[in-house]
Amino acid sequence: MKKVFTRPQVLKDMPFHYCPGCTHGVAHRLIAEVIEELDIRDTAIGIAPVGCSVFAMDYFEIDMFQAAHGRAPAVATGIKRVLPDRVVFTYQGDGDLAAIGTGEFVHAATRGEHVTVIFINNAIYGMTGGQMAPTTLMGQITKTTPFGRDRDVHGFPIRVCEMLAPLEGAAYLARVAVHTPKSIIQAKKFIKKAFEVQLKGLGFSLVEVLSTCPTNWGLSPLEAVKWLEDQMVPYYPLGEYKSPEGVF
Amino acid sequence: MKGNEAIGEGAVRAGCRYFFGYPITPQSELTHYLARRLPEVGGLYLQAESEVASINMVYGAAGAGARVMTSSSGPGISLMQEGLSVIAGAELPCVIVNMMRGGPGLGNIAPSQADYFQATKGGGHGDYHLIVLAPNSVQEIFDMTGKAFDLADCYRNPVMVMADGIMAQMMEPVELKDEDRFEIPPRPWAASGMLDHPGKNLINSCYVVPEEMEEVNIKLKEKYTKIIREEQECEGYLLEDAEIVLVAFGTASRICRAVVEKARLLGIPAGLIRPITLWPFPADFVAGNTGNAKCFLTVEMNMGQMVEDVKLAVNGKAPVFHYGRMGGMVPVAKDILQEVQKLYNGGVVK
Amino acid sequence: MARVIFREERCKGCRLCTAVCPRGIISMSGSINEMGYHPAAVVELEKCTGCTLCALVCPDMVIEVEREEKVV
Repeated sequence: MKKVFTRPQVLKDMPFHYCPGCTHGVAHRLIAEVIEELDIRDTAIGIAPVGCSVFAMDYFEIDMFQAAHGRAPAVATGIKRVLPDRVVFTYQGDGDLAAIGTGEFVHAATRGEHVTVIFINNAIYGMTGGQMAPTTLMGQITKTTPFGRDRDVHGFPIRVCEMLAPLEGAAYLARVAVHTPKSIIQAKKFIKKAFEVQLKGLGFSLVEVLSTCPTNWGLSPLEAVKWLEDQMVPYYPLGEYKSPEGVF
Repeated sequence: MKGNEAIGEGAVRAGCRYFFGYPITPQSELTHYLARRLPEVGGLYLQAESEVASINMVYGAAGAGARVMTSSSGPGISLMQEGLSVIAGAELPCVIVNMMRGGPGLGNIAPSQADYFQATKGGGHGDYHLIVLAPNSVQEIFDMTGKAFDLADCYRNPVMVMADGIMAQMMEPVELKDEDRFEIPPRPWAASGMLDHPGKNLINSCYVVPEEMEEVNIKLKEKYTKIIREEQECEGYLLEDAEIVLVAFGTASRICRAVVEKARLLGIPAGLIRPITLWPFPADFVAGNTGNAKCFLTVEMNMGQMVEDVKLAVNGKAPVFHYGRMGGMVPVAKDILQEVQKLYNGGVVK
Repeated sequence: MARVIFREERCKGCRLCTAVCPRGIISMSGSINEMGYHPAAVVELEKCTGCTLCALVCPDMVIEVEREEKVV
């Protein structure tokens, strides 16, 4: 019999520290598979964030940087401007990218930096114990919104893909999810396209990945899958928000 | 050329090809100069959206293996502190220029030396040090910028060149060294993609296991011990029989040199110690010149910063006083001379 | 013909695979692995079609899938 599904070599053969059912593991695997399929392992440089996925710096068996909180797109800019023929990507959570890192990702996008941002949106802060994120949904209960996110106190959740779409420097923007086989297959397609946009020199690419956080949502992994489908997808619709014309 | 321009030219001739920065007075002309000059040598000047972004672009470029720099003034340097701690922790080379201005807070655009503590006692968190160089002429600015890149590579550490608004604007003749006389050492540790080296390289300052973090700190400490031993630099003027020793760096040192000469004409045996490296502070030189000194007077454009390092180095052998102007005011030779006279006549400096 | 191979020591018992298997042949084992979880396992392996849906959703790369080469 032939192996039709194996672990990618680009990921180190070690257990992930992520919680049971946390879909960071799926996102990591999809990126690793794309790196292998595009044969860019020797030219890829990844930047890990501060957050649950800080250990991405250990998991990916390619050259990696650890960046300060929110700064990965600026670090990516420095790397890519020095090494334009390398494939540079960041991996960031919703606090890293959409809170403290807002300046960095918006300006990387508008400058049209030839880098790829993978944005993991699980509507909560995982590593620090379940506080509100900029992407926390209205009414959602977190450690710092114990009575639910309130528009008068906390304002509204931010939609990153929609926000970046008008910027000319942003060449490819897509929102995907990794909670069902169908969404995972679609996610991989769009992540691959994002990297191809970089390889073709077309500009800034970003894929927002809706992801589960069972632990801090207070749900079992299977319940979390349902919550993502029922609550997150309606507010954060999946799809391609921008794609270079006539390319794919 | 102007001080600001000398930095730019010094950097280019040292092989620096990348500048990431943000405008702030009084160093903006450096950015204008490099915006024109770097493309001439196939380099890049990129204006970042903030100083926070700038220092992180520097981190990326340095980790990718480039000779890279940034520059700013007090408030912008404050914004860079996290980045500097990260760069030092990751052991990356880079050069940062601080053209000091009046403070604290937004302050003003007049010159000062009030960032001495920030630069030498570590403005960022954790145990690390910047090597800090303090030029006092445009020629020195040019030379030290080049030296800064060599030191940064030699020790894999960020190096700061620190001056003030006067020196940024000052125009003096400069002897330039040849454009292709630089040597960038190889960087086997750079994370430039596995194409360039065997195995995986990681640029990182995060070590979750305390035992590992301590190992990193021990390594850094050994490095800093070596730098303290080997890189102290200082200049003395008329010290052999000096009984009143002025200690000053940068612009203040130029004024003090004139004060020492005037004092000598009045029969006061004054001398000058001019630290050139602020970190490592030239404690050995200061300690070695306490022989005849009845007192030390640091002259600074701040409320009393380097005076503490002078006190430590003098170690109780003689009293150490401080004369300072603050908030962008520049000390006047006449006033400093008055203080010297007071001290010589047995008074106490206020 | 197809089969899946579960690396039980890596399984965190999240059950995501149990919900996607179209044959419903994945269940949680009574045993406990080194990490302290009940790992997922397939009992009726002969019913496996090698569709890879379980491997797709697994966040920990626990599952490998094999299929027989089709002979034309």
